[in-house]
Amino acid sequence: MTDSAIAASAEATSVNRSYWRRNQRKLAPWLFLAPGIAMFLLYVIYPIVESMWLSFYDWDGLGAKAWIGLENYRELFDDDAFYTSLKNNILWLVLYMLAVPAGLFIALFLNQTVRGIRIYKSLFFFPFVISQVVVGLIFSWFYAPNFGLFYHLIEWLTGTGVAVLADDRYVTYGIIAAGLWPQIAYCMILYLTGLNNVSPDQIEAARLDGAKGWRMLWFVIVPQLRPATFIAVVVTVIGALRSFDLVSIMTDGGPYGSSRVLSFYMYEQALSEYGYRMGYGAAIAVVLFAIMMVFISGFIWKMVRDEQGG
Amino acid sequence: MFPKPIEKTAPPIQVLYKVALPVALVLWLLPLLGVAMTSLKPSSDLAAGNYFGPPSYLAFSNYLDVFRNSPIASYILNSFKVTIPTVIGAVALSCLSGFALAVYRFRSNLLVFFMFVAGNFVPFQILMVPVRDLTVQTGLYNTITGLALFHIAFQSGFCTLFMRNFIRGLPFELIESARVEGVSEFKIFWYIVLPLMRPALAALSVLIFTFIWNDYFWATVLTTSAETQPVTAGLYSLNGQWIAQWQLVSAGSIVAAMPPVLMFFLMQRHFIAGLTLGATKG
Repeated sequence: MTDSAIAASAEATSVNRSYWRRNQRKLAPWLFLAPGIAMFLLYVIYPIVESMWLSFYDWDGLGAKAWIGLENYRELFDDDAFYTSLKNNILWLVLYMLAVPAGLFIALFLNQTVRGIRIYKSLFFFPFVISQVVVGLIFSWFYAPNFGLFYHLIEWLTGTGVAVLADDRYVTYGIIAAGLWPQIAYCMILYLTGLNNVSPDQIEAARLDGAKGWRMLWFVIVPQLRPATFIAVVVTVIGALRSFDLVSIMTDGGPYGSSRVLSFYMYEQALSEYGYRMGYGAAIAVVLFAIMMVFISGFIWKMVRDEQGG
Repeated sequence: MFPKPIEKTAPPIQVLYKVALPVALVLWLLPLLGVAMTSLKPSSDLAAGNYFGPPSYLAFSNYLDVFRNSPIASYILNSFKVTIPTVIGAVALSCLSGFALAVYRFRSNLLVFFMFVAGNFVPFQILMVPVRDLTVQTGLYNTITGLALFHIAFQSGFCTLFMRNFIRGLPFELIESARVEGVSEFKIFWYIVLPLMRPALAALSVLIFTFIWNDYFWATVLTTSAETQPVTAGLYSLNGQWIAQWQLVSAGSIVAAMPPVLMFFLMQRHFIAGLTLGATKG
């Protein structure tokens, strides 16, 4: 290699390097983001689009897909099981919201500095750490006819026991109660942290103004807990609409499909022994996704505003 | 502090509070205590109708039976095999993406950020059919790798949100002054930011460990056999086999719940710091 070639290549690398130098700040974020975005696109974003597309097909998961247009949706809107699931989803959503005030009250109850309170706080939080499968089994035992604690309690109160999980009038309430147990614990821990950061000056000032009890709570404390409330509402709404584990463990959708929710019904249609109806399942998932998107957009909208504000 | 500190109230209220605390706790944990007690009852107690009284003797043999007569040990091993790589993978990916979104200003920054946030909230069912299909096509169906890969990808949404907000709270001047010195962006990440992220790494690892350990839905969608299923899915099938043997169901449940519970008690501070990130700001 001649001297001039060496010089040229040295120049080329220095041009290269300076290109990197000059644009480092522009390129670096994309290099850092590349692996995360790639995985997320492949496993989350693309599947969402594909599910929407699949919902226009009749497909058993193996053979050829047949385009049927809106047929899946038409069938869905005539499907009683779909309406049962939808109704149960609304019930979940409404009753699950009880976790937010319940969590706040337990947090207020525990927000003291007596000896051993830290252990009490962690033990109250305990249900959240346990898997929903285990929570489901625990509550199945709790409700079990003839020997469950709850069954006996009802028998003792009213004279006749109720087999909660076998009775289509009560089954969804029974499962929601099981779901509330960890969810209340979650909201409680959010509020305990929030209460730690409530400004003592404002409380003192409000006390001097004569505020106490409920008025103090509502007008002074709750407004300061807004960040905690926001997160508690988000996780509770998402948790309610994602409910699947407990239904699957405790009743498998029964009796006679009366405790199904959309997430469970979708799974049942797409993957269970009743047959592989992937297209129909995808249509159910799209409906659930649309319901959740209403909430997700609301949350995102608030978060974007907070971002731009601060 | 609200409510009023209990030390400042009348003595009867103080006593009442100290009695109410343990009573409330027992009521709150009643279902769990019942199961813990059942797991130690000999089957003869249950057959004789002793459901509520204390066990006639402590039958630790239930736990032995669970391990001896069911594949629960291998289920638990599978759970670890899925959970540990997921924690490492998701945390590593989100360190990178969280750093990018926290430190650099570029036009699509918020767009990418909210893609991660929104993706983290979607219902699993909208992903189910395509993800299962993808896993089947890549030959990873019913393997631990297939399950872990999905978890890594999905959890990177939440983790990125977490890391980005954490890095935002770090002193930005450190990065600025390093840039003035001519330190490259990768060195800034590796030598300046990463060491400061230790608390976030700990908090996130504990949280993700618990989330993944407790996952049931994806375990049933992506794995089918006892050789690959994690303990949540395993417990479901064991529950089918152990009909009416509540002492075994209870012991199995407690065994399955143990690892995240231990993790929580050992790393409590980090766990709660992670879970409540954002509950105070604003």
